Amino acid sequence: MARFFDNIWVQDAIVVFGFALVAALIWRGSRNERWQRAWKRLRRDKVGMISGVVIALYLAVGALEAIQIPHREWYSVSILGWLTQSIPHETSYSAPFAKETLSVAKAEALNGTHILGTDALGKDTFVQTLRACRTALIIGGLTSAIYIPLGTLLGILAGYYRRWVDDLIQYIYSTLASIPEILLLISILMVLGKGLGTMSIALGVTSWVGLCRLIRGETMRQAERPYIAAARSLGQSQWKIVTSHLLPNVLHLVLINFVLGFSGLVLAEAILSYLGVGSPVGTASWGAMIDGARSELSREPLVWWNLTAATAALFGLVLSLNLFGDALRRAFDPKRG
Amino acid sequence: MKPLLEVRNLAIQFATEGGAVDAVKGISFSMEPGETLAIVGESGSGKSVTGLALTRLLPEPPAIYKSGEILLEGRDVLKLSPGELRGIRGKKIAYIFQEPSTSLNPVFTIRNQIAEAIKLHRREVTDIDAEVVKYLDLVGIVDPAKRMRDYPHQLSGGMQQRAMIAMALSCQPDLLVADEPTTALDVTIQAQIIDELKQLKQRVKMAIILITHNFGIISGIADRVAVMFRGKIVEYGETASVLKNPQHPYTRALIECIPQLGAKRERLTTIDHAALAAEVG
Repeated sequence: MARFFDNIWVQDAIVVFGFALVAALIWRGSRNERWQRAWKRLRRDKVGMISGVVIALYLAVGALEAIQIPHREWYSVSILGWLTQSIPHETSYSAPFAKETLSVAKAEALNGTHILGTDALGKDTFVQTLRACRTALIIGGLTSAIYIPLGTLLGILAGYYRRWVDDLIQYIYSTLASIPEILLLISILMVLGKGLGTMSIALGVTSWVGLCRLIRGETMRQAERPYIAAARSLGQSQWKIVTSHLLPNVLHLVLINFVLGFSGLVLAEAILSYLGVGSPVGTASWGAMIDGARSELSREPLVWWNLTAATAALFGLVLSLNLFGDALRRAFDPKRG
Repeated sequence: MKPLLEVRNLAIQFATEGGAVDAVKGISFSMEPGETLAIVGESGSGKSVTGLALTRLLPEPPAIYKSGEILLEGRDVLKLSPGELRGIRGKKIAYIFQEPSTSLNPVFTIRNQIAEAIKLHRREVTDIDAEVVKYLDLVGIVDPAKRMRDYPHQLSGGMQQRAMIAMALSCQPDLLVADEPTTALDVTIQAQIIDELKQLKQRVKMAIILITHNFGIISGIADRVAVMFRGKIVEYGETASVLKNPQHPYTRALIECIPQLGAKRERLTTIDHAALAAEVG
C-alpha cells in the first residue's frame, strides 16, 4: 500500500483529482441562482478580485511544487524544482545579492546571484519560499477540510437536537479540550507517523472544538427563531432543516473561522517541526524558516532574509484569504443590494 | 357532514422544575370542512398551545399530551409516527405565525421557500415557478414574478405575511391555523390581512382556525368562536350570538375591552383576574 502511494504518478493523480474536485464543485455551484448573484457582486468587488487572483497564484505555485515528474539523476523532481534547477546551491548563508557567502571562517565566492540570499545549507531562499507554498496549502487546506465539516456538523447537531446528542458531543469536546493541545498532537503524530498528511489529520482532530462550540451556540440561537418552527410546521424533515435551514444561517461563522484559523495552522506546523514530530526533515516550509530565525537572528552579522521571506509570503496568503473571505461574505449576504 | 377535525377532551401539560403545569385542561371542539373557527383568549390561556398541538408541533419534552384525542379525518394525530406527522404538517394542516419577519428564512428568496413547500407536498407539480406566481398573486402580491426573487428583508411586514400565507396555501391544506397573524403588524395592514383571509376563504375551500386575543377582528370572518380562559374553553358558539349575547363573565369582560368608535370617551375596562377567577373557579 505504501509503495503504491510512493509512485509519483499516483501522487500526481491525487493532486489533479483534488483540483478537479474543486473545479467540479464550483462548476456545479455556478448553475445555482444564489451563486450567480454572488458572482456578479464579487466581480464588481475590486479588493475581492485582486485577493482572489493572489490566492490563485499561491495555488498555482503550490500545484507546481506538488506535481512530480521523473528525473535522470534524482528519482523525481517537482515541476517547480525542475524549473529552478539552474539556480546553483551554495555552501552556506549568503545575503541578498551578495558576492560571497557569510562565513565566520572563510568566505567563499558565490556561483550565482540570489535575490533573497541563501539559507544555512546554501539553498536559494526565494526558491525555498516558493516551494513552501505546497506545505502551507496542504496543511491549511487538508486540515480545514477535516475540521470544518466535523466541527460544523457536530455543532449544528448539538445545538439543534440538544438533550443526549448535545451531552455526548459536549462530553467529547470537553475531554479533547482538557488535554493540553500540543501533547495530544504529539501523541497522535507518534501513533500515525510523520508526514504532512498525518499532521493534517492530527491538527484536524484537535482544532474542531472551537468551531464546534461557536456553531453550537449560534445554532441554538437560530433554532429558537420562528422560521425553524415554520419549516417544521410545513412538514420538513429534521435532516432538511439541519442542512438547508440551519447550515446556510451559520455558514458566515464557518467562513470567518476558516480564514482566521488558516495562519494558525501554518504556524502550528512550524511548532510541530521544531519539536521534531512535524514535517520530514528537508521539507520546505515557512514554519521551519520562521523557526530557524531563532538562531539566525542571534548571529553577527544578522541573517534576516529567511524570516522576512517566509513571513512576507505567509502574510500575503493570510491577508488575501482574509480579504477574499470578506468579499465572499459580502457577495453572499442577501441584505446587500 | 363528517367533521374535518374533532378534538376530544384534550389535556396538555408542561413539565417544569416546579412540577407539571396544566396548559390545556380538557378541551373539545369540532370543525366542518371550510368552516372558520376563532379561538380567542388572552396570553397564556392555552390558545396557541392548542393550535400547535393539532400536528404535535410542541417540543416534547417539556410538553406532555396527557389525555384526549385529536381526530383529523377520523385518525388520531396523537397516535401517528413522526413520518406520518410530517405528511400531515403542511399537507393537511398548515400554519402561519405571528412574526412574519422572522418566520421566513433570511437567506433564501421567497420563491425558494415557497418552491420548497410545493416540492415537499405536491410532487406532481412540474412548473414550480408558475405555481409560486399563482399563489403570490392569490394573496394579493403585486407583480409576483418580480417579487418572488426578493429576499424576506426586502419586503414590508404586510408583504412578508402575505408571502407566509402563500407558502401555507401552496401546500393546499384542508385547514389553515393562523396563530395571531396580525399581531405584529400595524393596524391598517391588520385590516388588509384579515380582509385577505376573508376573500381566500371564499376562493379556496379551506377551513381556518384563527387564533387571536382581539375580539375586534373576528366578527366578519369567523363562523364560530371558542373563548379560552386558563386552559379551558369557557364559551363556544356561533360568532354572532356570542358577540351579541355573551354568557360567560370572561367573554363579557373581553368584549367590553374593545374600544368603540363614537362611544363616549371613558376609561377602557380592564379585566380583574382575581375577581374573575374567584367567580368562575
